Amino acid sequence: MAELVTLREAIAQTVHDGDSVALEGFTHLIPFAAGHELLRQGRRELELIRMTPDLLYDQMIGVGSARRLVFSYGGNPGVGSLHRFRDAVENGWPRAIEVEEHSHAGMANRYVAGASKLPFMVMRGYTGTDLAAHTNVRPIACPFTGEELTAVPALRPDVSIVHAQEADHEGNVQLWGIPGVQKEAVLAASRSVVTVERIVERIVPRAGGVVIPGWVIDFVAEAPGGSQPSYALGITQRDNDFYREWDAISRDRDRFRAWMEERGLWSGAGLTEVAS
Amino acid sequence: MTANGETAEYSGGELQTIVAARTLIGKRSCFIGVGRPSTAALLARMVHNPKLVLVYESGTIGAKPYRVPLSIGDGELAETADLVVSVPEMFNYWIGPGQVQVAFLGAAQVDPQANLNSTVIGDYRHPKTRLPGAGGAPEIATGCEEVVVIAPHSTRTFVPRLDFKTTRGERTTTVITDLGVLTPIEGELTLTAIHPGVTVEQAREHTGWDLRVADNVQVSAAPTAEELTALRELVSR
Repeated sequence: MAELVTLREAIAQTVHDGDSVALEGFTHLIPFAAGHELLRQGRRELELIRMTPDLLYDQMIGVGSARRLVFSYGGNPGVGSLHRFRDAVENGWPRAIEVEEHSHAGMANRYVAGASKLPFMVMRGYTGTDLAAHTNVRPIACPFTGEELTAVPALRPDVSIVHAQEADHEGNVQLWGIPGVQKEAVLAASRSVVTVERIVERIVPRAGGVVIPGWVIDFVAEAPGGSQPSYALGITQRDNDFYREWDAISRDRDRFRAWMEERGLWSGAGLTEVAS
Repeated sequence: MTANGETAEYSGGELQTIVAARTLIGKRSCFIGVGRPSTAALLARMVHNPKLVLVYESGTIGAKPYRVPLSIGDGELAETADLVVSVPEMFNYWIGPGQVQVAFLGAAQVDPQANLNSTVIGDYRHPKTRLPGAGGAPEIATGCEEVVVIAPHSTRTFVPRLDFKTTRGERTTTVITDLGVLTPIEGELTLTAIHPGVTVEQAREHTGWDLRVADNVQVSAAPTAEELTALRELVSR
C-alpha cells in the first residue's frame, strides 16, 4: 500500500546514489518537481532512463548527476537541441556520459517486458539500420514461422517516478490525457514514487483515465504544479515559452549553472570537471 | 530564399508546406511530427481533406488542433483527439501493423535511397554533432504504407553516404524540399519536379551527389490564393 509522504521523504526513501531511475511522462506529466528534489538531495552516479530526456534530464545531465543515459529521443520538442545533453556527449562536459539509445517502439516494448516480468519483448524493427549494432538488442527467430524479429530486453529500473493529476488517501492514483508509458514504468520498477497535483477524498474513474492502484506504488507525494514547465491536463498548461527560453539558458555553460544555482539545483559541489 | 525571385509573393518554405499538404489529398490518415509537417497536415485538413485523421506519436489519434502545436504532446492534441492511447499501444497496435497510411518525416541527412539520419553527424562514439536520435521514425518508416520526407535542400542534408542510418528509406514515395520534389525511380531519388522560379541546375547544386533528373521534370503548381490565405491564417493563430 502506498504511503503518503512529503516529496522530500519519498525521494530520500527510494533513490540512492548509483541507482537506475526512470522519470517518465511522454511530453505530458513530466515529473520535474521530483527530479529537482533528487538534485537537491545531491543524488549522483545515476543511470537515467527516459524515452524523451526533455529539459528535465538536460538539467540533470548538465550538473553531472548521471553516469549513463538510456533514451530514444533527446531533443527539445519543437525547439531544437538539448544543449547540456549534447555538451556531455560531444565534449564530456561536465563529465562523460555513457549512452544507450533505442527507438520509441523499442523503449516502449522494453517497459512492457519489464511490467510483464518477461525477459524481453519481440518486435519488428532495428533490422537494416545502424541502431542494431550500437545498442542492446538481439535478432530472434519466430518459433512458428521462422520470421526474423528483434528481441528488446526488459527495462527494470530500481526506481520509477511519475506524476499524475490525483491520488486518494490510500495512494490510488489517476491520470488522464496523454498516458505515455507511466503505468508500465511503475509496474516495471523495484520501487516507485508518484507525485500528484492534488489529494482527493475519492478517486472517481474517468473514461480514458488510467488508474494505478495504491498497492503497486511505494510512495505518493503531493506536488502541485509538479510537472511544470510540462503540464497536467486539465490543471496546468504546458509552458511553451519556457521550452523556447531553455534553448538560450542551456546553450551557455555559465548561464546554465547560474540558473540552476539560483534555484538550489546545483551547489557546485562534488563535480568532477572534465576539460572540453 | 524565395521561390521565384524578388517579385515572389510567397517563400520557398511556404511552397514546400503547400506542396506537402497536397500529398494528403485523398488520404485517410497521416502520422506527423512537429514543425513544417504539422503545418502541412493542418493545412491539408483546411483546404483539401477535412476528414484526414492526424496521428501524433504521443498517442493522440484524430487530433484536431486549431493552432500548429509546438510539441507533439500539447494539451490541445489530447483534448481534440478521437482517442488517446499509451505509447506501447501507439507503436504495437497502430503504427507497426500499418493502420496509419502516410507518414511525414524529417531528418538531418538523406541519402540517394531515402534512408535517413537523425542520430549523429560524425563518428558515433565521438560525434561532431549529437542529434536527438531515432524517436519513432524507424518503425513509422517501416509501418506506414508511404513516407513523405520534408527536408531543406542543401548539400549538408542530401549526402551520398549517411553518417548513421537511423531509418530505412524503402517506403519513401516523395521527398519535398524548398527547391523541388524528388521521387525514387529504380531505387534512387530522382528530381521529378522543381518549384516555380527554381532551375534544375540549382537543385543539382544543392544536392551532395550527382542528382538524377527525370526526363520530363514538372514545375510544381504555384500556391493558389486559397492555399496561401489558409496557410497564413493558420500560422498567425
